[in-house]
Amino acid sequence: MNNSEIGAKNKKLVMEKPALWRPESHLSTTVRDMPPSGIRKFFDIVVGMEDVISLGVGEPDFPTPWHIREACIYSLECGHTSYTSNKGLPELREILAESTAKDLALDYDPEEEILITTGVSEAVDLAFRATINPGDEVIVPQPCYVAYVPDVLLAGGVPRPVATRLSEEFKLRPEDFGDAINERTKALVLSYPNNPTGAIMTREDLEEIADLVVENDLLVISDEVYDKLTYDGKHASFAQLEGMQERTVLLNGMSKSCAMTGWRVGYALGDPAIVGAMTKVHQYTMLCAPTMAQVAAVEALHRGEAEVKAMKREYDRRRRLFVSELDRLGLPCFEPKGAFYAFPSIEGTGLSSEEFAEKLLKEQKVAAVPGNVFGESGEGFLRCSYATSREEILEAVDRIERFLAGLGL
Amino acid sequence: MRDFAKEILEVLEENARATPGEIATLLGRSEEEVAAEIKSLEDMGVIRKYMTMINWEKIDDGYVYAMIELKVSLQRDKGYDAIAERIARFSEVQSVRLISGDHDISFTVKGRSMKNVAFFVTEKIATLEGVESTCTHFVLKSYKEHGVILYDRVQPKRLVVTA
Repeated sequence: MNNSEIGAKNKKLVMEKPALWRPESHLSTTVRDMPPSGIRKFFDIVVGMEDVISLGVGEPDFPTPWHIREACIYSLECGHTSYTSNKGLPELREILAESTAKDLALDYDPEEEILITTGVSEAVDLAFRATINPGDEVIVPQPCYVAYVPDVLLAGGVPRPVATRLSEEFKLRPEDFGDAINERTKALVLSYPNNPTGAIMTREDLEEIADLVVENDLLVISDEVYDKLTYDGKHASFAQLEGMQERTVLLNGMSKSCAMTGWRVGYALGDPAIVGAMTKVHQYTMLCAPTMAQVAAVEALHRGEAEVKAMKREYDRRRRLFVSELDRLGLPCFEPKGAFYAFPSIEGTGLSSEEFAEKLLKEQKVAAVPGNVFGESGEGFLRCSYATSREEILEAVDRIERFLAGLGL
Repeated sequence: MRDFAKEILEVLEENARATPGEIATLLGRSEEEVAAEIKSLEDMGVIRKYMTMINWEKIDDGYVYAMIELKVSLQRDKGYDAIAERIARFSEVQSVRLISGDHDISFTVKGRSMKNVAFFVTEKIATLEGVESTCTHFVLKSYKEHGVILYDRVQPKRLVVTA
């Protein structure tokens, strides 16, 4: 066959099968089959609505404290705009090691055991990708933050949602996940203080599940981004339990405690083997977290303590205000012990979570997130964020009261 | 002071109109406890007055404000208190402070005009026994008073719903 023949043949092929470009057929099946976040729908309804009071926001209503912003501006003026080490700014890793030693009495080596990530979200993704082989199962207690299940799927793993219960204040109990463990189970996700329920796990609660973790040789991936917002007692980490530090990848970040959501600074603490593997993925995907945001994080950890405390105190007051108002309205609500969410049951209204949230938004212009977004076991609940001013909280409660009255309740 | 009292004071400092019932909800205590604590804080003189933070710039009240610094020579048996208290009695004077640095006493004055304030200082203050010198600074614009920002700002926006 000479060249002209090959050309003719190729041409013929093209003519017989005219290329119909269908981008969908090029999608990864994992991504194609992944449902969009349940929150999406509410965005679409909210667009164009005025005078909406939002209890739907998963971030502080405070701007980042000024001294932190100012430190970032200064670093930009100085021209600190290049990459940092893949692991993150050495000063940031060092001060994280110090603050973790102080807060949790846990030692991590800034060189080998700490990785700075682009928000905790990246750290969660890295933890799964660095540890999961195709088919490995990960236990995900629900209701929980929306990203764990999709992130496990993206890593080629099989998420195993297990339900926590209102009667147990949404704490994870051994009986909730014992049956879900099999020979493919590799890891357990813990996220306390919990979004969306506001549940916490005390040291005693964590000790109760430690035996199952050890017996089944599980890795614990612990997202503790709300640790500083613990209102009842002191935050406890699974890594603090005897012998559990090397078994735990502790994930945290600046977003919630320092009101730094948009900066995207998170971190992972753990065994050098696992943090090292995560660093490998990080260096090929993210390279490093934004330099200016890391500089701001150093300032936040150096001098942010008073502001963190003041914000926490204000959330605590709003928490009491909101829960007492929900109580007055007769919406059963477990008293949240951490984060900035209340998770009232709306089962008594006869509406599904989604119906309730949608009607509430359309009729009274209060945005909240239906509980089922956070897993099946969240059905019958509504996530209300109290990271909004007290005036807005009271106005939202008035509107919810009118809404309930409209339902004949 | 006990934390409970401090927490009540923080709430009231921010909102003088907060009722004992509202404060009780915020702090997780009973209304009676809060009311009793407020009463005792009032009796002790810790709470002096319930006031409103007003941005006078918005309505142009026609007053002028000045900060005045004084150098004072002390007499053997009279401390700073004597002269500071004497200054404080004038109704034109809004605040009086003993300060460190180049001057000894700093006070603020509210007056009908610059002339009016200037004459007040020269006639009533500069002539006081022990006053060595005065330095008057007229206020041109206030940006922040009592921890409250007075200029208008664009509020940053958050998304309405996020995970």
